[in-house]
Amino acid sequence: MSDIILQLNQIQKSFEGTEVLKGIDLEIERAEFITLLGSSGCGKTTTLRIIAGLETPDSGSVLLEGQDITSLAPNKRNVNTVFQNYALFPHMSVEENVGYGLKIRKVPKAEIARKVSEMLKLVQLEEYGKRRPDQLSGGQRQRIAIARAVVNEPKVLLLDEPLGALDLKLRRQMQLELKRLQKQLGITFIYITHDQEEAINMSDRIAVMNQGVLEQVGTPNEIYYRPRTSYVADFVGNANIIHDGSDTFAIRSENVLINGEIPCVHDAVVLEKSFAGGQLRILFRLSDGQTITASRYGIDADIQVGGSIRIGWKQEHAIKVLDDEK
Amino acid sequence: MMKNRKSNWALLAPMYVFTILFVALPILYMFLLSFLTRAEVWGVDFTFTLDNYKRIGEPLYLNTFVESLKLAFLSTLLVMLIGYPYGYFMARMSAVWKKRMLLLIMIPFWTSALIRLYGWIIVFRTNGVLDKLLMGLHITEEPLKLLYTYPAVVVGMVYSLLPFMILSVYSSAEKLDFTLAEAARDLGASSFKAFWTVSFKLTLPGLLSGVILSFIPSMGLFFIADILGGNKIVLVGSVIQEQLTKGRNQPFAAALSAVLMVLTTLMIRIYRKVTGTSELEGLV
Repeated sequence: MSDIILQLNQIQKSFEGTEVLKGIDLEIERAEFITLLGSSGCGKTTTLRIIAGLETPDSGSVLLEGQDITSLAPNKRNVNTVFQNYALFPHMSVEENVGYGLKIRKVPKAEIARKVSEMLKLVQLEEYGKRRPDQLSGGQRQRIAIARAVVNEPKVLLLDEPLGALDLKLRRQMQLELKRLQKQLGITFIYITHDQEEAINMSDRIAVMNQGVLEQVGTPNEIYYRPRTSYVADFVGNANIIHDGSDTFAIRSENVLINGEIPCVHDAVVLEKSFAGGQLRILFRLSDGQTITASRYGIDADIQVGGSIRIGWKQEHAIKVLDDEK
Repeated sequence: MMKNRKSNWALLAPMYVFTILFVALPILYMFLLSFLTRAEVWGVDFTFTLDNYKRIGEPLYLNTFVESLKLAFLSTLLVMLIGYPYGYFMARMSAVWKKRMLLLIMIPFWTSALIRLYGWIIVFRTNGVLDKLLMGLHITEEPLKLLYTYPAVVVGMVYSLLPFMILSVYSSAEKLDFTLAEAARDLGASSFKAFWTVSFKLTLPGLLSGVILSFIPSMGLFFIADILGGNKIVLVGSVIQEQLTKGRNQPFAAALSAVLMVLTTLMIRIYRKVTGTSELEGLV
């Protein structure tokens, strides 16, 4: 039933003896916004470059609409990239940048001009066509980089941490804009980030990557509420990882109950208390030596560092996960 | 604002003094000299004349200029063809290899240019290193008699000027962001098209400074033509040197130098205009 546009089969890649991708399998649906989420060095950029054709995998295959494109040159694939540092051509005007792909494919001049101005309107920079990239702000360059890729009507748009260089406020705004753009264009977006909030805000599905392996692929809800592994629980939900015998559980800090809240069955010592962003975070040490963090809104004056306390959690909030450490 | 300006001036003053003293004044002196008359025995008479310039119009000297320009064009072209790829690919090598390649370019500078040119005599002379090699490999049957020929001079020129081209292309290509070429590929350009429209365009300023550093000296490197060309190839540089020393005609030497200078400046301006390099400077 599902309409798969891009398929990765057992992608493996090593650089100078270091295995960067250890067999990536991923199916991406048409018009989907999927995020590859992971910390730096997890292999997400390499995966993207393999899809773009800028790297060739050691083994495995890439299928675009069922067609094997594994060893096809980057200029022969209907896939475009928004690069991390934008990679705008400094010697060309904004218009020339956006029209570059069309000009290369020998689209008639009048059509290039029409499409470019349409695109600049879409990213709300129609006044800036004659400028050089170095005369634009970071956010504007970002939009031009997107326009330059999207104007070629790619089947898949790859975005490599496109908002990484922007400040927080602008990033939030661009997240919404990107999402709007993706809905409007109906293009498949493969988005790379190390920011779990960004991933949760924008994605239809998230693929969490760790050390060359896909840990879990699912909707933001699935990833957040039903993490499969301790890595996902920690990276996406900032959850506590608690070992109980041979089992491993993920418990999010807001679900850790303190004194008087039932059921509090564990003895703990308060190690640290910090207040930030309207949130109180308390670090405890359990009697078996494991540490756990609880969070609350407001200030709880009764909790003293060094004091003994009873804490606990509801059964349904302890999510059983696979332990990545083992 | 005003204060800022003043302190800038103070900082820049030594540079201006230096430039005026050692560049502007000597050039002015040279132009002045070119309009004076040669004295009977030594030095110059302060009598204004245009004769020095008229004399350059004589076929003998005009021809020298044409020959010099031809050789300069040919040498610069060859230096470009060899030096550009060398500098460009060197910039893309790993840090270790960059160092090794740079060292290879620097080593010749540890020896005097004259001595290195005499080295070429050993290579080019009849039954010299090159002849022995080619005849040993049965590529040629007889000595090529290359020494004191035009090709020998060209080789000497290219050899002497190549490092300047390589280094200036390298410094430009080194700063080039190679993801730009990847972006071009991603947008549908073949690897050649990506290189031509992006990488090459952005390293043009480096190529330009290489061309300037090769073209200007190649008009004046008379000792190369003297050593490897015998006295068959006479360049403007040789004539100027001759007029200064043997001819003891300072005004005429100055006039020749002035024409040479104007000519090279003109060539460089045309080159900049044609390639559009001035717009690209400072972008990479």
